[in-house]
Amino acid sequence: MKKLLSVLLSLILMLSVCTALADDAPIKLTLWTFQELHTELYKVMLDKWNADPTKPALEIDFQVFPYEDMHNKLTIALQSGEGAPDLVDIEINMFANYLKGDIGLAPMNEYVEPIADHLVMSRLNNYSKNGNYYGIDHHIGATVMFFNTSILEAAGIDYTSIKTWDDFHEAGKTVLEKTGKPMIVWESADCWSVYPMVNQHGGDWLTPDNQVRMDEPVVVNTLAFMKSMLDDGTAIPCPGGWTHTEEYWGWMNGGNCAAVCMPFWYLDRFTNYMPDLAGQIKIAPMPEWPDGGHKSAQMGGTGTAVVASSPNVEVAKEFLAYACLTFDGCVTTWKICGFDPILMDVYGSEEMKEPNKFFEYYDQDIFAVLSEVLDDIPDTCLTEYFPTATDIVKTQMAYRLVELREDPEQIAHDCAEELRSQID
Amino acid sequence: MIRRLKNYLTGPKGVPYLFVAPFIIFFLLVYLYPLIMTIIMSFQQIDGPNHHDFIGLKNYMKLNTRDFNMALQTSGRYAVWDVIVLTIIPLLVACVLHSGLAKASNFFKSLFFIPSLTSIIVAGIVFRLAFGTLETATVNRALTFFGLQPVKWLSYAGPGNFVLILLTLWRWNGVNIVYYLSGLQAIPTDHYEAAQIDGANAWQKFIHVTLPGIRPVLIYVITITVLGGFSMFTESVALWQQNNAGGVGRTIVGYMYMVGFKKNNLGLASAVGLVLLGLVVAVNLIQLVLMGFFRKED
Repeated sequence: MKKLLSVLLSLILMLSVCTALADDAPIKLTLWTFQELHTELYKVMLDKWNADPTKPALEIDFQVFPYEDMHNKLTIALQSGEGAPDLVDIEINMFANYLKGDIGLAPMNEYVEPIADHLVMSRLNNYSKNGNYYGIDHHIGATVMFFNTSILEAAGIDYTSIKTWDDFHEAGKTVLEKTGKPMIVWESADCWSVYPMVNQHGGDWLTPDNQVRMDEPVVVNTLAFMKSMLDDGTAIPCPGGWTHTEEYWGWMNGGNCAAVCMPFWYLDRFTNYMPDLAGQIKIAPMPEWPDGGHKSAQMGGTGTAVVASSPNVEVAKEFLAYACLTFDGCVTTWKICGFDPILMDVYGSEEMKEPNKFFEYYDQDIFAVLSEVLDDIPDTCLTEYFPTATDIVKTQMAYRLVELREDPEQIAHDCAEELRSQID
Repeated sequence: MIRRLKNYLTGPKGVPYLFVAPFIIFFLLVYLYPLIMTIIMSFQQIDGPNHHDFIGLKNYMKLNTRDFNMALQTSGRYAVWDVIVLTIIPLLVACVLHSGLAKASNFFKSLFFIPSLTSIIVAGIVFRLAFGTLETATVNRALTFFGLQPVKWLSYAGPGNFVLILLTLWRWNGVNIVYYLSGLQAIPTDHYEAAQIDGANAWQKFIHVTLPGIRPVLIYVITITVLGGFSMFTESVALWQQNNAGGVGRTIVGYMYMVGFKKNNLGLASAVGLVLLGLVVAVNLIQLVLMGFFRKED
């Protein structure tokens, strides 16, 4: 009897030691991303999380892959049901691919719904299906105009006086005449010129039930306006094809162009790749269309998601919400990444006014500009055919407009037909 | 039982099978199984691991698009030029190197071969920047220096294809030279001497002695160049990256990759792959028949 008791006691002792050890060992998570900048944000938030004794200790293995590699790996991992990480950054153009069939991602509704009134929900709708929110975005991505004020001043133009696209075009003519430089570039190899302008004008590629909108008059009119600027030389094809090439950055940094129209996250491209323009670049709202439309367009984004098959789904979800949906997380997002956070509470707060490299570079009240447009940003329609539509825009619409200068109506018609042929 | 099996496998009847077994197993697992799966998948709509629906010929019907036709054209155009350039130029260089006309031929052999050791991605980036769209890009600088107009190399199909061929030539020239040299060295010198006695000039010697002599090598080089031409992918990705304006540099394989992974439509990508397979087999068969590969040796 004594022997049995001692064995039992020692067993209990061992068990308690084991559980104590297990409690101390941090939970290990894996995170895949294609954007190294994001890991900086997660690392800061992870340190804060681990400093909080009420939270279970976490250890995250950050794995950064090239854009295409990461999405391919994720596709294969989710399709085969093996090897997926716990947390993953999915780019907005690819997200719809992962919402097909059995969804391999975990819904974040329990964290999103209670604070829905405080969030820019149109961002989260991009990553939702059937009322479930699968991805958390880091930014609004409101499109703004970046003006090179030294070129505009040389032409005698005050950038704040440019209110509509017609004003913009007129200013472009003056700039071209006085300085010989173009006002803006249009991308021929990507969608960051065509899509924001069409979307701001009130257009889109698809409806939620996959009806093609590419050949609507609003698209044709937008393309026609862009072509009119190309025709008189106030706009030129983007060097290198799009605004994320070494060629473009070097050329823009050399003070060769008066403006560029890009989403808010382009802030960081200026500070990183075009340092010579510090103090010369000013941010302004997009010019408005005389015949209606919106003040801006939300573009790009990354939906960070939790993989449903992860053994630590709950804690991964909690950490994601902690890093991206809390006040602290959103302020950190601005400080580290220069993004416009999706939590409305942060705007106007003291924390957002603390000096950083962005305020130093642009030397203006960036959020005053942003708050002018935040109330009027249309939804984008990201169905499972959005990647197909984007590809058609990249390879055909933008190229035929900007490089080949074809008739806008013909381009819109052909692209719409091509997209329709791909939809069942 | 085990002894009998052992005897069979070590005996003259079994041993050949044992020796070819690794290849057969490899072939079945890595070639035949994926091929059969690809054929099945090309008739399916695939949404994740548990959603395979047979949709008949729908995937093949979806191939009649501008994008796919452009990819076919791009690959076709590239393959034609690839075969022309990569067959003729290395042959001429190899003949010069072999003839002893060039001094320090060993030095030139290694010089031509070095590019094939470089990473195609690195070479692609260098070519992309050298052939940039700006007037200040290296090649455009050179053009304007000679009073010519700058060209937006990678923005249009014609010049884009030229850069692609140039990159391929730069990289593969040396490899084909080595093939040709091995063929040239196998031709006995007395054939040339006999031709000399018959009063043949250099051109006649080339046509009647050299070309027949290297026919097997020539067939081999053309066959792999056709294959390489149609399956080219890395070079165009290195030059145009993921953004391929106007589909200027998007090949069939590039299209297949885009459909399969970017649009997550593996069924359609399988159909593209099979069309490519059919195309390559057809072109290779025609080429081999024309070159007399199936003719019995005289």
